[in-house]
Amino acid sequence: MAFKFNDDSEKQLKWLLTRYPERRAALLPCFRLVEEQQGFVNQESMDYVAGRLELPPAYVLGVFTFYSHYRREGDGKYIVQVCATLPCGLMGAQGVADAFKEELKLGIGETSSDKKFTLRKVECLGSCTTAPVCQINDDYFESLTEQKIKEIVAALKNDKTPPHMSNGPSLEGGRCSYRPLIEAFPEGK
Amino acid sequence: MIIADYKPVLFDGAYKKGEWALERYLEKGGYAAAKKVLALPRDPATRNVMSVIDEVKKAGLRGRGGAGFPTGMKWGFVDYKSNKQRYLAVNFDESEPGTCKDRVVGTYNPHMIIEGCLIAMHACGVEHAYIYIRGEFVEVFDHLIRACAEAYKAGYLGKNVLGSGHAFHVTPHRGAGAYICGEETGLLSSLEGDRGYPKVKPPFPAVEGAWRSPTVVNNASTLASLPALITMGADKFMMVGAKPGPDGQLGKNNSPGSQVYCLSGHIKRPNNYEHPMNLTMRELVYDARFGGGMKDDIPIKCVIPGGSSMPCMRYDGKSYIGSNGKEITDNLDLEMSFDEVRKAGSLLGSAAVIVMNERTCMVSALYNLIRFYHHESCGQCTPCREGSGWLEKIISKIYHGQAKPGDFERLHSVATQMSGTTICLLADSVAMPTGAFVTKFKEEFRYFCEHGKSMVANPIRL
Repeated sequence: MAFKFNDDSEKQLKWLLTRYPERRAALLPCFRLVEEQQGFVNQESMDYVAGRLELPPAYVLGVFTFYSHYRREGDGKYIVQVCATLPCGLMGAQGVADAFKEELKLGIGETSSDKKFTLRKVECLGSCTTAPVCQINDDYFESLTEQKIKEIVAALKNDKTPPHMSNGPSLEGGRCSYRPLIEAFPEGK
Repeated sequence: MIIADYKPVLFDGAYKKGEWALERYLEKGGYAAAKKVLALPRDPATRNVMSVIDEVKKAGLRGRGGAGFPTGMKWGFVDYKSNKQRYLAVNFDESEPGTCKDRVVGTYNPHMIIEGCLIAMHACGVEHAYIYIRGEFVEVFDHLIRACAEAYKAGYLGKNVLGSGHAFHVTPHRGAGAYICGEETGLLSSLEGDRGYPKVKPPFPAVEGAWRSPTVVNNASTLASLPALITMGADKFMMVGAKPGPDGQLGKNNSPGSQVYCLSGHIKRPNNYEHPMNLTMRELVYDARFGGGMKDDIPIKCVIPGGSSMPCMRYDGKSYIGSNGKEITDNLDLEMSFDEVRKAGSLLGSAAVIVMNERTCMVSALYNLIRFYHHESCGQCTPCREGSGWLEKIISKIYHGQAKPGDFERLHSVATQMSGTTICLLADSVAMPTGAFVTKFKEEFRYFCEHGKSMVANPIRL
């Protein structure tokens, strides 16, 4: 079935368009809406967004591929991003990457055959004082040790909330959404 | 105000759950500074409040993003004659390796950033501010959305704020994992819905920025410093961190206000430490109030004082031959302020202090950094796109023991030729650390080239 925004995304888009002087500025937020709605961004949804924002599809693809943080079709349910830049490196990021490789039986950049895990090495996650760190989907895991990694992976394999999460479990009512702001100021402008 | 009187401002309430809510912020006296500023009328011709801009200029507040540019002066450059809509873009893209202070301020003190936005917006005649948050910081985005919602409900944002007759809007905007969007024009490109390509300056954003309108671009921590500045007043703020001169009187202070030092690497107590900028590197690393000394008591070797793109300092006690041909020994008693670090040949940047011990191999450390910059080059300018790739290839050869004669010199010469040839500073950001590493640790690089292995016994895997 062709991709289409649902009512909630539609409401957020309508509000977003009042917040920027040009339609094009809603492009990055639109990718997030797609991500939230169907879990990943693919060609079909990009073409849909291009139509909605009156932009050429090739332009939208160009912008999308410039950024590295969106979920793409075929990514695992849990994307494990291990920070490998200098401050984490000094504190043992290689060991963290090795431990995840071992626990998940995956190489860097690979996705498990059951589409549950994707393992990636990424550049600085901006949590250098608590190195080594990784981000799994939306959540940070800081000051990692092999023992912590074992416990995190074991929980995720059973789809349980993992321990050692920096921010605690996700906030109620869904994250990454403009909903609270729309509720507070529905007219937008 | 000297050290003893100093209380944290930006980090007030940091690491406490529920601290971000409006109720808590108001209990601590929040939005009083905004009320004070919003009571001042705007000049009808220029739509700004000159007295506030002058106050910030006088206080000497310098941008906390990395360049340390005086904030008031930046506000003074805005094209106030133009009758176009003006914008404020808040740089919350914090992605310089080593830096992680904005994340804490945004998570625990989002209202301080919103209040800072209000002050800046009223002073510069801006109606709409956009907070560009890096994509990874989901929690920050969430807290800022909720804080903005609270502010709208309480009337601190909206159509007629606090009876000023002016509308003020703040929109948090999420990026998606591109280092280059922390560069101000790259940030604006990304905000407009484009690839994060930096643009040629001039025109500067203050004249032609977002949507070709005059735009003020400030770092989130800079804006978060504003409520304290307004509450204290410029006279008091400019003395925060001032040191007594030989006559016992407090001297002129070129780096006023508090700075958040992000201390990472081989240190006993890595953390963010807020302090006026009159600390020395030795205090930061060894004092029990801050770093508390080297982890496992392995001696210090090298420190990057201001985020990974700044030249490193050599602290193993050995000297090196500087680019001027003179023998230099880096001083551990270096004062960590914008001007003093610059005089010592490096830059304070974002005050991200990365400490490395003796077991760190400088070749692999530089390899790690070059890999980062090659990955993050946006690809617009040839010297940066190709140069960072060449550097990575050369250092990879050295690292894997396949160095050919001349490779070491090539590393230096490519870096030198990249510098200053591109639209933005990313080429310099890779050239500066490369130049400093190969100059200051020359013998280590030569040893690796000749022997195919590190001079450091049992080095850390990077």
